[in-house]
Amino acid sequence: MSDLLRNFVGDWHALVVLLLAGVIPNQIWRMLGLWLGGGLDEGSDLLMLVKAVATAILAGVIAEILVHPPGALASVPDALRYGALIVGFVAFSLTKRSIFAGVVSGEVVMLVGKWWLG
Amino acid sequence: MFPPLDSPQWNMPLRAFAWGMASVRSTILSAVLFVTYIGIGALAHDTYFSLVWALLATLLVWAGPSQIILISTLSSGVSIVQSAIAVTVSAIRLFPMVVAVLPMMRTPKTRRRDLVLVAHFTAVTLWVECYRFLPHVPRDRRIAFVHGLGSGLALIGLVATVIGYELAANLTQTFASAILLLTPLSFLFSTARNSKELADVLALGLGLAFYPLASLLDSGLDILISGVAAGTIAFLVHKWREGP
Repeated sequence: MSDLLRNFVGDWHALVVLLLAGVIPNQIWRMLGLWLGGGLDEGSDLLMLVKAVATAILAGVIAEILVHPPGALASVPDALRYGALIVGFVAFSLTKRSIFAGVVSGEVVMLVGKWWLG
Repeated sequence: MFPPLDSPQWNMPLRAFAWGMASVRSTILSAVLFVTYIGIGALAHDTYFSLVWALLATLLVWAGPSQIILISTLSSGVSIVQSAIAVTVSAIRLFPMVVAVLPMMRTPKTRRRDLVLVAHFTAVTLWVECYRFLPHVPRDRRIAFVHGLGSGLALIGLVATVIGYELAANLTQTFASAILLLTPLSFLFSTARNSKELADVLALGLGLAFYPLASLLDSGLDILISGVAAGTIAFLVHKWREGP
């Protein structure tokens, strides 16, 4: 491979890792949903249990990003990250569940807090 | 926003596709998606992945948190197997989303392979938007519409990945952290808005509360443990409240 192509594509090893750790782990659940979903009744107990577990896992993903912050987010103090989420949630609740109000309030708390702490 | 359900304008599938694609303009979640993928592009750049790698991840994985977890675990030096487990566990959420989304557009004539692309596009944003848009789309044009919506969202994601990747070197740390904070905020509020039953609300609340406890175990399966525990309790409480 020429250097130019290598810079652009990266090494093939990284692409294999993407397939094994990124693409397959996600598509397996989507295709399972496609294959098995047809047999599940919309109101069934099993589907309700699966939905509840999936919602709780999504909550776990949200919590993981806050508790073990990736990249630059690690530079924001713990209390500020949690505070931003809580204030955002209060704004969301007070505005008849506006996603926009919740997101903007949370971000403002984080930015003002970071500025204030220097 | 769209013509009435019985309008002849819906006769052409290509037009339904175009309306699907155009409807990405009328949602705040498109903006959130755009900024989230700027963050993911920047994260990929900072952790020395190539631009093509980042674009393929956006196109083929198509799930923001999965990509964030993939990049942050791989760059933290854990093994590929541990990283794959972390991503697999966090991606379980896609299963019931697909199961819930597909019945909205299935007709007696629909073959399973007609729905493969819809299943691929399914992620939080599409899942939330299907509930909002599809009641205004005739049933036999919904697959074409969702193909358009999914393509439009994927295009936003790809463009944002490039922008984030190229901007990364110039992003201040404050701005980069504001972008990364978007994912937990927008996911929490869009899921909370979609939680209508007691089981969903409990699952969300307990799932948030249980994860910090489960992460003390440091098992690599923390999200799965807290998710199964919180989800099962939420389901049982819901059944118990419903009565025998």
